[in-house]
Amino acid sequence: MTIDQATVRKIASLARIAISDAEAAAMEGELNAILGWVEQLGEVDVTGVEPMTAVIPNTLRLRDDVVDADPLTGGGRRDDVLANAPAAMHGFFGVPKVIE
Amino acid sequence: MTELTNLTVAQIRDGHRAGDFSAVEVAEAFSANVAGAKALNAFIVETPELALAAAKAADADRAAGTLKALSGVPIGMKDLFATNGVQTTAASHMLEGFVPRYESTVSQKLWDAGAGMLGKLNLDQFAMGSSNETSYFGNVLSPWKRNDGGNAALAPGGSSGGSSSAIAARLCPAATGTDTGGSIRQPAAFTGISGIKPTYGRCSRWGIVAFASSLDQAGPMARTVQDCAIMLENMAGFDPKDATSLNLPVPDWEAALSSDLKGKTVGIPKEYRLEGIDPDIDAMWDAGIAMLKDAGAAVVEISLPHTKYALPAYYIIAPAEASSNLARYDGVRYGLRDLPDGAGLQDMYAATRADGFGPEVKRRIMIGTYVLSAGFYDAYYTQAQKVRTLIARDFEAAFGACDVILAPTAPSAAFGLGEKMADPLAMYLNDVFAVPASLAGLPAMSVPAALNREGLPLGLQIIGKAFDEQGVLNAGLAIEERAGFTARAEKWW
Repeated sequence: MTIDQATVRKIASLARIAISDAEAAAMEGELNAILGWVEQLGEVDVTGVEPMTAVIPNTLRLRDDVVDADPLTGGGRRDDVLANAPAAMHGFFGVPKVIE
Repeated sequence: MTELTNLTVAQIRDGHRAGDFSAVEVAEAFSANVAGAKALNAFIVETPELALAAAKAADADRAAGTLKALSGVPIGMKDLFATNGVQTTAASHMLEGFVPRYESTVSQKLWDAGAGMLGKLNLDQFAMGSSNETSYFGNVLSPWKRNDGGNAALAPGGSSGGSSSAIAARLCPAATGTDTGGSIRQPAAFTGISGIKPTYGRCSRWGIVAFASSLDQAGPMARTVQDCAIMLENMAGFDPKDATSLNLPVPDWEAALSSDLKGKTVGIPKEYRLEGIDPDIDAMWDAGIAMLKDAGAAVVEISLPHTKYALPAYYIIAPAEASSNLARYDGVRYGLRDLPDGAGLQDMYAATRADGFGPEVKRRIMIGTYVLSAGFYDAYYTQAQKVRTLIARDFEAAFGACDVILAPTAPSAAFGLGEKMADPLAMYLNDVFAVPASLAGLPAMSVPAALNREGLPLGLQIIGKAFDEQGVLNAGLAIEERAGFTARAEKWW
């Protein structure tokens, strides 16, 4: 699979990263080199092999069904949550206008 | 008296306990070394006041008879761990100025054990890199130089290169690292120190800036195997806040340290004998085999047939997870925001991410986005996950015949800054021996074993069974005792 600059721009758009034409041109070569190299995985016979989902077998734990069970990850920490926001306003995250 | 900054963690702990020196003296000595080593660029933020505060508390605890496991020991903290009230950047522009209002579980455990923080250590941006050349805050330099008189600046390894450089240069006795595909072991090898990546899930990932969640694991870096054991005991443990945290007791690794390997079998993976590899690496490996035999172990050849596919699988899985994890940096909740004139929300995301991420981070996000995109998911991602299963099975089968595996940590000694930056693939290949154990979630450690003909350190890697950190540490100790590695970089910084 070879990717062209139009594909590079498509990926960049999916990844929400603005790129210039020069960056797209440079990235075309880099991504093709890396993808060409990883394609050797296609040689491996994986018939009947399950994809790995957990590297160390572990059962999924569920949190107690209690509101604000953990003082750190529960609620009531609005100021802490907003403390590093670039544009917090009125207790919310501020963003550019979304609805015309 | 020996210079305090030459002491190991164990010596500082014991000396402080015995009243040979105060914790304040120790903290001040290390802080002075940190302040005098700007040329290495190992720290992004220095916090001598925090080291001093912990030291005063340690001295008070000694007076009160309430000493803790790490009382009197100041350490460096990789700037990937969220530290309450102290800037945490992951060496990125994206998080420049980010001051967490919470503490990572691993760092909290260390502070609870009485350790103090000398500062936040530089790293490859978002832990992506093997040379510390992708940090937004500039390259970290290794304290080591080649003995060819050329004076070339060398890489301290990556991504935990600030940690490795700082320990090798005696700016701290120990530091935290994180290892996704070798980021503790390779920098340890490059700088002549030790480092262990425990079994996946031993250390909580809560509060560590995420790179590839199924691989990321915190671990200690220090100058001795014993120090690694002490540090790891105080970093590991169950954490309900991390769903992948192992609910197992933390063994007393330090107390059980033993370099007597009688009855143990060491496996030598034949696939790691790479053609055209530096003869110094092979010679060190052979010497390591002799050392473990001398310690009483039997040695057998083993086969890890899918070794060749570990790196390509890693460079699908890790970027895929990174592209997902790094989606959180969107200019809304924390970190950088770039809002061009008249920009809408989508433009703000794209501008922020273009400006906030460095080239290597963008490259990996792009690869990850591509391999996860519709039409390619099965061909790349599912295939890589299946190959990962086969790699883990290789290790399982091998551990039917041996207790630990011995291999080089990296295929070369430290390379020069700039030597590999132009070719991402050449850089990725430096992790060829480190990545398989990461994919399988196994504990693995690097111990300094020799100097090459250029006078640079080389590391041996020990890979163990899941949960068998003790076996890894013990084999590491056997090598440490026999290699007698005492070389250190001559001070030029």
